[in-house]
Amino acid sequence: MYKNIIEVRDLSKSFEISSKEPGLKGTIKHFFRRQTKSLKVIKNVSFEIKEGEIVGFLGANGAGKTTILKMLCGLIYPSEGSVLVSGHLPYRRKENFLKKITLIMGQKQQLIWDLPPIESFYLNASIYDLDKKEAKKRIKKLSEMLEIDSELFIPVRKLSLGQRMKSELLAALIHEPNILFLDEPTLGLDINAQRNLRKFLQKYNKETNATICLTSHYMKDITSLCKRVICVHEGSISYDGKLDLLLKKLSPVKEIIIVCRSEEDANKLENTSFNVKNKTKNEITILVENNSITSSLKSILNNFDIEDLYINEPPIDEIIGKILVKKDYDI
Amino acid sequence: MISNLIKRKIFTLLKVQYSNMLEYRVEIALWAISGIIPFFMLNIWTNNNLNEYINISNVMLSRYFLCAFFVRQFSVVWVVFSFEEDSLMGKVSPYLIQPLNPFFRYFAQHLAEQLTRFPFALLIATFFFIFNPESIWIPNFGVLLLSVISTFLSFLIQFLIQSIVACLCFWTEKASSIERLLFIPTLFLSGLLAPVVSFPEYVKSWIYLTPFPYLIDFPANLLSGNATNISRGFSMQILWILLLFPLFKKIWSNGTKKYTAMGS
Repeated sequence: MYKNIIEVRDLSKSFEISSKEPGLKGTIKHFFRRQTKSLKVIKNVSFEIKEGEIVGFLGANGAGKTTILKMLCGLIYPSEGSVLVSGHLPYRRKENFLKKITLIMGQKQQLIWDLPPIESFYLNASIYDLDKKEAKKRIKKLSEMLEIDSELFIPVRKLSLGQRMKSELLAALIHEPNILFLDEPTLGLDINAQRNLRKFLQKYNKETNATICLTSHYMKDITSLCKRVICVHEGSISYDGKLDLLLKKLSPVKEIIIVCRSEEDANKLENTSFNVKNKTKNEITILVENNSITSSLKSILNNFDIEDLYINEPPIDEIIGKILVKKDYDI
Repeated sequence: MISNLIKRKIFTLLKVQYSNMLEYRVEIALWAISGIIPFFMLNIWTNNNLNEYINISNVMLSRYFLCAFFVRQFSVVWVVFSFEEDSLMGKVSPYLIQPLNPFFRYFAQHLAEQLTRFPFALLIATFFFIFNPESIWIPNFGVLLLSVISTFLSFLIQFLIQSIVACLCFWTEKASSIERLLFIPTLFLSGLLAPVVSFPEYVKSWIYLTPFPYLIDFPANLLSGNATNISRGFSMQILWILLLFPLFKKIWSNGTKKYTAMGS
């Protein structure tokens, strides 16, 4: 039984936001009298994450998922509630805690722009108290896993976005953290680079049993890496559980496209009790509930002369999209 | 623990930052040239025989301004601008979750920049001696060592002052405007434009209580061989460092609690 490595209770975060009315009058008023208001961007969220889990944080832009990650890694202070990560209060930023975690932000980089990445790797190694021999060993291992051996000696500014992202990952993982906070790590990468990064993260998780908290707008990242997702809507958690279960609940039906041998059969099928989505000549699309797929197929194949048949999974982006825009979606 | 920090972290930081600074050698050469303001001041002083009022010979005044140039080259600080940009753009976020205060990075950047500047400053000094051969002198080793130490202490004071101002980014976002306010007393009271000895007595007694005359005037007088109170100079430099360091730590600790990780 794995123990909880992250425990969050009633966590909230508020920011002071200044507001300005439009136009010259608003500008002058803003100059003399600043109006600020407290905006609660995270509202009493609670969850636990077990050691070795890969959890995806889903939410629309501004929902608060990155803010949660920032509080988990200790970058920002929580306003209320408690966070315990690997037995530490993250915001205290104790050395022992910082050596266990890493944060990778897809749009931010820590590599020194004008130097080859190898310089940044050795710098990070010394910051994390690794001796040169150990650092060399880890750089070799990680660069082989990430397939960037030949790029280590090229200045960062000359690397492609994908190569840079891999180098960022190497720099962030050189101290072998056991908790990874990844904020849109595949942002801007091409399909192959995204796939390679996902493969690497899966391998890293398998080999080191590291816990991974991930936010991404690419559903492929979430579906291929995370068994569990936490959906954040306007600062609150709207779903926390298995991704499979969420998909089943959000999309209880599948589409079956049936190509009949004759139009007559298609017409007959249309007049049955199946929920017909559309029909063109001898092709008919019906919607069938997930739990009656087998019986429906059996009935169709036994009673009609079928030329071809496809089962369509609803697009995952579309399903997840539903939960991002509505808090109390029926789940 | 401290020796390990210096040996491993700071040394590696310095090495990496030096490599980085060498990438900007032309820019640094231009920065070195842009610091020749003491030579303009020397010209104004000698052309108007102003040195007679403060009882300093032309040669000693030339040496003073050359030393002021040198001290300035090795104590110039810009951490507030770097930190402000990094803080506003969210670049400081990855550094904040590493087990090393981000200001060590800036500190190493400055030291590495000074090392890169060194040959350019020497070249400028050579040109100065070609045009002012009567000013050539070789300070003895003891004086040279004390001058290097006082220049480093001057750098530390300026680094701490700017770091404190930089930490105000956590509250104001545009902390560099506060630094611009400090630039005025630094320019006039540090000895960059005129030796502090040239100020009226009642003004001087106040100036010596501030950190400014220990930034350039004291180390420059020490190196050039002009009269200066060495024990007071070092005591004040150390006192200001001892006052500023805990203040920096306090502001840093409170500031990071306000950090919102903007731009990331």
